[in-house]
Amino acid sequence: MPETQGMLAHVGAFMTLAGSMFLFLGALGIFRMPDLYNRMQAGTKTTTLGNILTLGGLGLLMPGWLPKIVVIIVFVLITNPISSHALARAAHRSGLPLAAGSVVDALAEDEAAAGIETGSNRDLDAAALADRKEVRE
Amino acid sequence: MLNAALVFAGAGLVLATWRLLKGPDAPNRAVALDVLTLIAMPLMIGAAVYSGREIYLDVALVYAVLAFLGVVALARYYDRGI
Repeated sequence: MPETQGMLAHVGAFMTLAGSMFLFLGALGIFRMPDLYNRMQAGTKTTTLGNILTLGGLGLLMPGWLPKIVVIIVFVLITNPISSHALARAAHRSGLPLAAGSVVDALAEDEAAAGIETGSNRDLDAAALADRKEVRE
Repeated sequence: MLNAALVFAGAGLVLATWRLLKGPDAPNRAVALDVLTLIAMPLMIGAAVYSGREIYLDVALVYAVLAFLGVVALARYYDRGI
């Protein structure tokens, strides 16, 4: 059971509650969003903030453990964007399609203009590229 | 208040598990797995606070490291094979 008493315990418990709400919202984004890139956007940002708040609140409840908890927070802060970026890059390269209502895929167009063939711009030849640019301007 | 936090995190676990089971293809499942590990890790710290055992913090840290390595390995596999 928590060590801290008084005001600090209330602040820690409130931070833990707020962080777990962010964790829940991230899972809700994973559940509801239409395609992988939207899911990753919702799932990664909110769970990073939720982790920071939850672990910080629990660290306030147990002040003796705070150094080790700060180490875990810094680790999550560094590694979470890296892993989500690697996953999104791999999915985009392997040609996973965007959701039906998506308007623009700038990375696929840039890669096509630079002559890099990836899964996402396999059917994007020069005419289609010029067409898309014209539509946008 | 801590019990309410536990309920929220548990509901998040259920939603992410649904996506892990249903998710139309493999990268979606990898994203769901990533989120699942990121929700389970604060729950481990919560278990450490409830039971008062500091050793669970090391368990959570090692779990975070292994989950990160697993997701990066999965991404590399989807990108260009092993």
